[in-house]
Parts: sequence; C-alpha cells; structure tokens
Amino acid sequence: MPKRTDLKHVMVIGSGPIVIGQACEFDYSGTQACRVLRSEGIRVSLVNSNPATIMTDPEFADATYVEPITPEFVELVIAKERPDALLPTLGGQTALNTAVALHEAGVLEKYGVELIGANIEAINRGEDRQLFKEIVAKAGVRLGLEDPSALVPRSRVCHSMDEVRETVAELGLPVVIRPSFTMGGLGSGMAHTDEDLERIAGSGLAASPVHEVLIEESVLGWKEYELELMRDRHDNVVVVCSIENVDPMGVHTGDSVTVAPSMTLTDREYQRLRDLGIAVLREVGVDTGGCNIQFAVNPADGRIVVIEMNPRVSRSSALASKATGFPIAKIAAKLAIGYTLDEIPNDITLKTPAAFEPTLDYVVVKIPRFAFEKFPGADPELTTTMKSVGEAMSLGRNFTEALNKAMRSMETKASGFWTTPDPDGATLENTLAALRTPHDGRLYTVERALRLGASIAEVSEASGGMDPWFLDQIASLVELRAEIVAAPVLDAGLLRRAKRAGLSDRQLAALRPELAAEDGVRTLRHRLGVRPVYKTVDTCAAEFEATTPYHYSTYDSETEVAPSARPKVLILGSGPNRIGQGIEFDYSCVHAVQALRAVDYETVMVNCNPETVSTDYDTADRLYFEPLTFEDVLEVWHAEDSSGKAAGGPGVIGVIVQLGGQTPLGLAQRLKNAGVPIVGTSPESIHLAGEPDAFGAVLSRSGLRAPAHGMATSYDEAKTIADEIGYPVLVRPSYVLGGRGMEIVYDDATLRDYIGRATAISPDRPVLVDRFLDDAIEIDVDALVDADGDVYLGGVMEHIEEAGIHSGDSSCALPPITLAGSHLAQVRRYTEEIARGVGVRGLLNVQYALQGDMLYVLEANPRASRTVPFVSKATAVPLAKAAARIALGATIAQLRAEGMLPPTGDGGTMPADAPIAVKEAVLPFKRFRTPSGKGIDVLLGPEMKSTGEVMGIDTGFGQAFAKSQAAAYGSLPTAGKIFVSVANRDKRGMIFPIKRLADLGFEIVATTGTAEVLRRHGIACEQIRKHYESGEGADAVSLILGGDVALVVNTPQGSGASARSDGYEIRSAAVSVDIPCVTTVPGAAAAVMGIEARIRGDLKVRPLQDLHAALRAGE
Amino acid sequence: MKRRPAILVLEDGRTFHGEAYGSVGETFGEAVFNTGMTGYQETLTDPSYHRQVVVQTAPHIGNTGVNGEDDESDRIWVAGYVVRDPARISSNWRADGGLEDRLAAEGVVGISGVDTRALTRHLRERGAMRVGISSVEDDPAALLERVRRSPQMVGANLSDEVTTAKPYVVEAEGEHRFTVAAVDLGIKRNVPRRLAARGVTTHVLPAGSTIEDLLATGADAVFFSPGPGDPATADGPVALAREVLARRIPLFGICFGSQILGRALGFGTYKLGYGHRGINQPVLDRATGKVEVTSHNHGFAVQVPGAGDGAVVPDQVIQTEFGGVQVSHVCLNDNVVEGLRGVDVPAFTVQYHPEAAAGPHDADYLFDRFAELIEGRKNA
Repeated sequence: MPKRTDLKHVMVIGSGPIVIGQACEFDYSGTQACRVLRSEGIRVSLVNSNPATIMTDPEFADATYVEPITPEFVELVIAKERPDALLPTLGGQTALNTAVALHEAGVLEKYGVELIGANIEAINRGEDRQLFKEIVAKAGVRLGLEDPSALVPRSRVCHSMDEVRETVAELGLPVVIRPSFTMGGLGSGMAHTDEDLERIAGSGLAASPVHEVLIEESVLGWKEYELELMRDRHDNVVVVCSIENVDPMGVHTGDSVTVAPSMTLTDREYQRLRDLGIAVLREVGVDTGGCNIQFAVNPADGRIVVIEMNPRVSRSSALASKATGFPIAKIAAKLAIGYTLDEIPNDITLKTPAAFEPTLDYVVVKIPRFAFEKFPGADPELTTTMKSVGEAMSLGRNFTEALNKAMRSMETKASGFWTTPDPDGATLENTLAALRTPHDGRLYTVERALRLGASIAEVSEASGGMDPWFLDQIASLVELRAEIVAAPVLDAGLLRRAKRAGLSDRQLAALRPELAAEDGVRTLRHRLGVRPVYKTVDTCAAEFEATTPYHYSTYDSETEVAPSARPKVLILGSGPNRIGQGIEFDYSCVHAVQALRAVDYETVMVNCNPETVSTDYDTADRLYFEPLTFEDVLEVWHAEDSSGKAAGGPGVIGVIVQLGGQTPLGLAQRLKNAGVPIVGTSPESIHLAGEPDAFGAVLSRSGLRAPAHGMATSYDEAKTIADEIGYPVLVRPSYVLGGRGMEIVYDDATLRDYIGRATAISPDRPVLVDRFLDDAIEIDVDALVDADGDVYLGGVMEHIEEAGIHSGDSSCALPPITLAGSHLAQVRRYTEEIARGVGVRGLLNVQYALQGDMLYVLEANPRASRTVPFVSKATAVPLAKAAARIALGATIAQLRAEGMLPPTGDGGTMPADAPIAVKEAVLPFKRFRTPSGKGIDVLLGPEMKSTGEVMGIDTGFGQAFAKSQAAAYGSLPTAGKIFVSVANRDKRGMIFPIKRLADLGFEIVATTGTAEVLRRHGIACEQIRKHYESGEGADAVSLILGGDVALVVNTPQGSGASARSDGYEIRSAAVSVDIPCVTTVPGAAAAVMGIEARIRGDLKVRPLQDLHAALRAGE
Repeated sequence: MKRRPAILVLEDGRTFHGEAYGSVGETFGEAVFNTGMTGYQETLTDPSYHRQVVVQTAPHIGNTGVNGEDDESDRIWVAGYVVRDPARISSNWRADGGLEDRLAAEGVVGISGVDTRALTRHLRERGAMRVGISSVEDDPAALLERVRRSPQMVGANLSDEVTTAKPYVVEAEGEHRFTVAAVDLGIKRNVPRRLAARGVTTHVLPAGSTIEDLLATGADAVFFSPGPGDPATADGPVALAREVLARRIPLFGICFGSQILGRALGFGTYKLGYGHRGINQPVLDRATGKVEVTSHNHGFAVQVPGAGDGAVVPDQVIQTEFGGVQVSHVCLNDNVVEGLRGVDVPAFTVQYHPEAAAGPHDADYLFDRFAELIEGRKNA
C-alpha cells in the first residue's frame, strides 16, 4: 500500500518547552518526522514554542511557527497555512491534547484538516481510564482468555472526594490514584493512609482537566514491563522493543532504572505480553504509528495486568529507538502518510524491511537523573509521579557492563559503585531500612546492603520486589570487588574480567589505592593491552550487515570500527539533561555536526543521552553511545584516531568540547594532557575565565569593571569582605557551577547562617563573596571570536527581571528593549576586551549588570551558552555552526564571505524595526511536593531551577511577551480579578502597572499594606487578609485556591532567607491552581504590556522563514 | 566462580577462547546462530537442532532457569551450546531448576564467555560450518583436525535419529473433530498441542511409517513435521508424501515437512548460506498481503523454478505432476520460499514455525487453515 497521494501539506505539532515528563525526546521524534515528510515531497508546517529544538530550525520545515502550542495559536496557524492533515502523535501529550481540543472546538472540521496517525476515538480510548479498562477486557476476550477482567487492576473512576472515599472503602489501602489526561503521571500517587488519600486524590482531581481520577487496586511491587509497538494501516504489527524495570511497580517508569530487552521472562510469558499488547492496540484502534503499553506481572504467579497505553510516540519510544536502532518516530511518520511496514526499508541494514522485530545482542540500561538538590523542600521519595529531569542510557554486552556505564554517565558525585565512601554509620540494618523508600541512587544502597552481608532474598524484600536476577548481577560485582581487593596484583586476567563487568578505571582505582588513581589504572591497563572494542547496534544481532556506524564499547575480541582516511572531528555531547544543562547544548552539538559535515569532515558524536537529536544515528557520520567520562572519551578518541591513521588518514584532527556545556568542558584539560587535540578555545583559556583571580586580572588589565569581591573560608573573613564592599552580597561556593548554592545576603546574621550551612568550606574550597548590584539590569551576550581576535556579537539580551535571578530562569528580550546606543557600544567594547584577554576561539557568553550607566562584568563563559539557540532563531544566524567552523580554523571574515554570517553588521546592530523575541523560562514547581504534601516555593533566585524555555516573537515587546507567557504558562488574562501583595520596597514601583490593570477593567484585590498604598493613588481595590491574619471572610490563599483569581502579583517581603517564607503560601497556591504568578516589579510591567497586547488582539503568527528572510534582507 | 577454560574451533580454523559451560568434554556439529532473545529452553529441546552447535546471540542465557512445561521434546538435542553470559541464578516463578545443571545432566558440552557477536558475524560471512568445542583439549590445532573429520550437514539423514520409536496419540481438546496422522521427523510438542486446541486428535508416527500405517489411524489428514538434516536424503518421507498427494488427502507440513512437500512436487532443495534461526523473521502471506513475524529454524529451503539467490519468487501458478502449486509465503528479508500451496491438491506447507515455541504467535492461523482444509475435504 504505497504512500497516499492526496496529502500535499501536513502540519506537525511539537511538544513545547522541556518540562519534567516531556523532554527533548520529542525534538528527536519531531525532527525525524519533519525530515521524513519533506523527503516525501510533502509541505510541512510546524508549530513549536521551544527555540532550543532542532525541529524548529528553519530548514526542517517549510513553515516553522515558533508560537505557543495552544488551540488559539494553532488555529491561527491552520487558518494561515490550510494544511491537508495534522500529525499530532510526535509531540507528546501536549500535541495530542491540542489536537483533541482543536477537534472538539470544531477547528479541524472547519478547515477540513484530517487527523493522521491517530483518530480521536482511539486517543480517547487510550487516555480515558474507564474506556481503556473495557478495551483491555475486550482484548482478553479476543485472545480467548478465561478471565479477561483479571487483566486490569480492580478500580473505579471518581469525580469527587466522596466517590474516592467510597471506592477505597471497598478496595482497601494502599491504592493508586491516577488523574485523567495529565502527562508524565502528574498528580498521581500511591496512598497508604487516609491522609495520603485526601491529599493526593484532592490535587489529582484539580490537576485533571476533566476533574477525574482513577482509584485502583495496588500492584505495588509487581514486575513492570513496557512494550513498544508499531502498527500500519494494513494491520501489520511489530514489537520494536521490550523494556523491563529494575524498580518494581510503584516508581514511575520515567524514574525507574530500566533494561532492554526484558531479562526475566521466558518465551511463553513474553509472548503473552506480546499477544496482549497487539490485541489491545487493535482494540484501541490506533490506525498507524507507534504506541507504548505498560504491564505489571505478579512475580508469584505471573498474572498480567495491563497498566496503560500511550497511543503516540513517547519517551520510552525514543529510548526504544536508541536501544534497538529501529527509528520509531521516522517509521511512524511514514506509516501516517500511507506506507506499510513492509514497504519501508530497515535503515540500518538497508536490505531488509522495517516489518520485523529488532533483536539485541547487547543489554541496554537507562538510569534517570534527578535534581532534588535544586528544590530543597521537595520530597525525594520516588513515586508514581515522575520527578526526574533527564536520563542516560548505555549499552554493554552484559547487564553489569551496561549498568556500570549508565551509572557513570550520570555525572553525579558518585561515578559508579565505590567511588564515594559509604555514608557515615552505614550498617546492614539501616541500609536495608533505607531500601524501603524508593530514592535516587537506590542501586548504590542495594550494592551496599549486599556488601554488608544481606542475602538476595532480603534485598529483594526490602526493595519492595526487585527481581533476584538483577540483584544477583549486583552481587556478582560485590564478589568481583572482593577478588580485586584481595588479589596480590591486578593481572591481565582479572583486569579483563573487571572491565567485562563494566568497572571503570576510576572504580578500580578506588579498590586498589596503590595504583596511583585512575591514571595509574589506565597506564597498567594499556600496558597489559586491555582496551575496549566497539560493537554495532544493528537491529538484527549481526544476522545482516549493518551500514550505519552506531557503536558502543565493550571488552570482547573483535572491533567493528571501520577504517576511514577522512579527517575526523569528535564532538562531545552534554550527557543526561539536568537543570542548567539541557537541550540547548544538544542543539549546539548537532549544529556543529551539521556545519562540519557540510565541509566534509567525518563527524563523530559521543553522547549518552537517549532523548536527543545528537544520538540519532542519522545526525553524525559516526555515533558512539558512551558515557562522557575521561576514560570512555579517551578510548573512543584512541579507536577513531588509530583506525583513521591506520587507513592512511590524519585520524582525529580535533575534539570539540565547548558546545556540550559543562560536561565536556570539564574533560578538556585532562584530554589535552593525554594528547587529544582540543580545538576551539584552549583548556587554559577556559580555566582562565573560570578562575576568579585570573579572570579579575584580565578585567583589570583592560580596565573593565566587575563587582567588588573576595574569597572567604570563614564567617569572619566573609564579614570583613562584606563590610568592605557593602551589603547586599552574593555568596556562592567556589567549587560548583550553575548557580548551585548561590544566595543574595543582606545582613550579617544571614551571612553567618549561610557560612554555617555551607559545610564543605576549606582553604581549597572558599566561598566567593561578590557585591550584589541591586536594581541593576542584567545583560547577556553571546559572541563569536576567531583566531584573529575578530568578534561577532551574536545577540545582546536584556533581562526583564532585575539582576539576582539566575540568567537561566529570567525572561529576556532580544534586541534589548531599554538599552541606549552608548550602552551597546560599551557592551561591545567590554566583550571584545574579554574575548581577546581570555583567548577565546569560538563562542563566548558574558553576563553583565548595568547599574545606572555603569556596566559591570558578572561572569564570562568561553563556551556555547544556554541562549545560543534562542539567539540563533531570533537573529537568523547559526552561531553554533559558526563556532564549530571557527574551532577548526575558519575566520569570521571567511564565514561572512561564505554567507554563514551576514556580510556586514552583527547582533549588536539590529535594525530598529527588527522583531522582538522574548525568552521565558519554564519552571517545574508543580511537580514537587514537600513530604507533608504542600507545594514548594516558586520564588526565583540566583540558583537556576527551570527545566526549559519558550520563545515568543512578534513586532513589539508586548505581543512577544504575551506569546511567551501563553507558551510557558497559559495565556495572560484579559479580564478578572488580580490579587496583589507586594513588599514595601516594591510598592512604589507597582503603582503604575497596577493602576494600568485597574484601568483595563481588572478588579484588584490586595492585602492590607498594599491596598493602602494603592488606594492613596486612586486605585479601587478590595482588601483581603493574609492567610495567617485573623479576621472574617476568605483569606488570600483560599481566594486563590477557590479559582477566583486570574493573576497573582506577589513580591517577597524582607530580604535574604526570610524572603523565602513570606508569601510562600500565596505563591504555591497560584501554582497549584495553575494561574500566572508575577514575583517582580519588572515582571509586572511586562505582564501589563502583554495583557494590553492581548486585549488589543494584535497577536499574529508568522513563520520563522519569513522573519529570517526579512532579517537577512534588512542587513 | 572460576570456570575451566574451553576452546571453540571452526572448520576454517578460527578459534575462540572461553570457559566450559554445561558438561565438560568435547563435541562437534554444525555451527549455527540463533537470534531469539527468549526461548532458550524450547530451542535446546527442539529436535531440528540435532547435530548442531547453537550460538545464542542474546548475551544472557539461563536467567529464567528451566521448567517442566517448556520442553519441546523429551531431551536436549543441540550438539553443543555457545553463550556469552550464563546466568548464575534462575529467577522465574515457573523455574524448577537451573539451565547449566540441566545441560550438565544431559551431557551437553558448552562454552561461555565467547565473543558470540564476532562468531555470528563470521558465520554470516562464511556460512554455517562445522565446529568443535572442547574443555578437555587445549590445542586448537588438534581440535581443528577432529573438526575436519566430523560429519557434514549436507547429505545427513537424521530423521531416524530423532523420530519417535513407537506411535503415540495426542488427544483433541474438547470435542473431537478430526484425526491427523503426523509423520515424526523431529516433531515439537507444540504442534499436536495447537492441533488439539482445534479439536484434532494427532497420531504421531515414526519416520519410517508407510501410507498404510497412516491410513490405519483413520486419519482425515496428514502432517509432515519439522526436523533436522538434509531434505535431499529424505527419500522415504518424500515417497510417502507423494502417496498422500496422489490420494488427495489433506496435507500440511512445517519446516522439514515443507521441504518434503517441495521435493514430492518435484522441486529441488538447497542449503542456505547461514540459514534462518530466530523469532523475528518477517514473512509475507501472499494471499492476504499481510506480514507476520515468525519463528524460523531452517538451514535448507525449497528451490522453485525461476527463483533463488535473493530474486523475487514468481507469483504465478507452477505446474507439477500433482497440478498447480503456488508459493504462498516468502521471507521479506531475503525472498526465500517460506510456504507452498497446492492449487489442485489439498496440500500446503510453511518453512517456518506457526507453532512458535519459541516465538510469536502471528502464524497460528495456519492451524485454522489446516482445520478448514480438512473440513472442506470432508464436506466435499
């Protein structure tokens, strides 16, 4: 059944900003889909508000709309583009929900747009809990099972707390609570007690857009499996991959350690899952495309329960694609336009069709990456609500190898077993006790329990049902550890066994202190000739020849790295997503690959993040799915360099470390010392920019201002510095990055408190004390610098919030909206001085603060920054591509001549009528609760907390800001009640914005102090008490929770730590009912401009291709 | 646990080092690889692997132990077993023992710790070949000598070595509808089980049975089973199949049974480079245009006129002395003939395993087709 000829124009919806539960896997799937559709000659229109995605690069679609993914804006795009069909299954739950909303609003019908890849009925059957239960039972009947009702947990859908209580009276506790139509398990949880029940079911009802939760029988502790399936319109179905969770039921699959293929099922049991999966898929009626089904299996008797299905491409399907080499999203797109599986060739073998089931001759392990340290109050227990912010995957020829590789891919403090000391006072008893609560890094606890003498049965019981087979594998490592510790010498045989079990040099060094650390182990290992080989992911366990060099390391006898004489460039990726290092860095790495491929380098990608475009085997010439540790990277370099030289070529001529964020940057110096050619900014220059004293010297040589600062190792020293430079001061540990542990301190008491809390202070690890510039405007600059010291200002971004909020969490505008020409000239001069002083070759990001007319340098990072994709999209200049070329010797002049950079001018000279782009950060507060179930605070500070970002772009700031808010949080209100409660120091600044809102017809509700000031300025407002003030009527918090407020404006009273508590209840109430919450004066002013733009109704949509053509033409 | 060293030597001299697995000793056979990720117990007990040394491409083997339900015959048949990472413990609620203990108890010599992927790639490039495994010999050259003296698979007649000594009956489940006489050339237990589920009583008969033996069971139809060896040597079963065809008795065959039908119709059979052994093979049913994911275990295939060497098999009816015949199924990976269907005779066969075990159940409908064929004949 060949391709449909009636589809000439297909619209694709992306997934918007990166949030917990919906990350860059949808950029990977969306990019693949766009590529496939265009290669079939179909016009593609795309809507996605996330500028840091590859899919929104203008070359991936015919018309790219970086616009909010809301029914309102998507309808505008449909009206303008008039596509034949909409493909909603590749943009996660966001795209699917938007498609359903458009259908229900009659928009699709009105414009004659066909939904492809899914139909509304199938979506509803998959998503609606009650319908799905019936579907599963029908599937059981179809298979002729004796008791089809046993295929689902006993359960009931409830719409009120009364119904919830009634249901639990029948089922008994514990029960699982699952809200309908939320993504990533948001709002779901397990209730063990009545209190849990009230809390979780209450917020679940609120989180569900249809106010519906499912209460179901607990299958806690059962084995958990997932199948990834694909179906074509001829009803051919294949299972792409089976995934088994090491963490049993009770932990969200996104937060579980998972393994592919399944390890502990016989064929009979596996085929039962397969039969059931296929029967459910058919019964749901997913016409074409990918789908994911989750099962729980009772380890005692094998009873199977079907948990849920997603009738779309998911995070698991991205994992399955990377795990097997079967590109689910790509195939799903082909199926959606009419192909059948047998008509599509297998990408990797080319000779065989996609109508088959991949078979693996390796083991894949995925481990989630958490960020609890960023959210101090949050409950770190792992539950059925997903909390992880990223993941790493690894491949090995056995489970322990894959597991150890995945553990060291995490880039956490511990880099695999034994690399950090056991917690103080660890005993068998308290270790087993700790296992009872699922937590981040639970496998470390498992290993410790086994090492301290627990039996496999004890650990299985304490961990709530981890399969003994997995535990035995970890026990084998404990035994191997004992052998390694006891061996008189580490001989080749034992070393080889250790490496085959996946142990890193660093782990071995921890066990053999006499070997002079990791370097000593490596030297010994190389001397004994124990080096990894590289195998290929080929979908077929070597049955057919693979044409795609997608490799992983292992310690086996034969390597499959093909010799090549072309000059090679290694690009190091950014590892698992975490807060502060996410998709933006992957974007830059992918751009480097594209730019270098275009000029005929052989590009070699190294990364371990399965969600990304960079780890799509179609991206680089060669892909190594490897941890980004020194050892693993050095071995890849060696394999590529030596095979290249053996083929008579130059081998690896350069390794690019400056595009993948902190991860590769941290390896630069050691790699260089080991003889690896680092290209771009040298490790020495990277160090220079990061070392306060050395960087201070660079600044003072050029006469550039920086806030006064000092370093302290005690409170007394810190106080002396603070007295000298004056409060407020910004304090932070010197040994961490990304704003971790950074605070603004206004007085001695808080300073003393901070130093007291910063436990790890020592002479080598002092605390940095900087003068904090109050009420300053923060400015971010991304620039390119070439070997001649020529500087190209990529973009100058003006933050909307004042300095003091981490740049990753602030919203900003480009071009700057209030800076004078003289300021820009100063920014240019400063940037040029820093570029030359540090010796940058490639990208440079500088953060400035402008206080009055005084410009201060806050910090400089000689690497790709988080804002590179935003700037590239807003200015139509591919900065990361240019940086990659510069790293390999091109000059800015050359790149201007080639057309990669504009012939004249730069991002500092944008025309006055250039469109304004606003970047807004997206924060994950809604995901986290304190252990007592309260929301956590939403206040922003110098420590970054956002998971992603959106871009709003339009002709004016108001419109662009309104779009950014709509994309990030939902549209700003145009009418209704606004609750205002601001700190004394902000009262003056709030008068104008609040008055304007009142004039626009909003009702103002304010707390006592704020209301007094507003009334004095003639603003009518209703006064309301704070929740802790006694009195009559509703308090502020209950007013907000009651859903009567459209916008909250709340700035924290006081300063320092006390600011955190004030208004906390108000802000978390706003988060829990999902309304915008403004916490700064400039934020309020911006919101007013956005609201005005909405009221005027002049929000238009315009494709990036148009904007870029106009920008380029204007130059 | 420290294991005894072992070596694996292929007839072209390539040598792999590993550790003894299962029984200590020495063994020879044809080296073949199986790509299934589940179902090692079914594979080991499948008589079609008689005289073959099976290389498992899935790295972890033995995780679920062995149980009393999943054997496909009453013993392990493989001549030797090659794995990368054997399980140290069994974990499954149905397990009643460990795999390695079972291998040792049945005297199966194996080797573990081998770069099975390198070995598989070698077999893919050079074709299936003889192999020796030894945990008692440490000189590869000496073992190679013995490998080269071991028997070849081409020309091997193995049916008599695997067939049942005496006839036995597998009763229908529920209401009895039909009786089938199954010629046991290495039958798997799941075949009569799948037939029984459709109301078929199966009389399993030894390989040397005559047409009279078959008819004596009162059979409504005849089944030719899967099994090991070179079909070119199966003169007895081929002659028997011709008798069945001549009498227009409904006939169904699987795997070796399909090759028997092919030869009975006058087609040739040939040895594939490295065979199909796995549970993920896509087969196109030409009648419906649908693809089924199927279980395969064959080193030989039927040669129809106008096909071969990866060329697309002709779709038209081929005339034979028993009337028109069509190629009903082809493997989408390499266009190998995977099924034959008589246009004028009530006979059809498939080269793959609709009974699965191990493998997907996509082709289970073929047992329904068999039942319909029998019913049609009965009514006619």
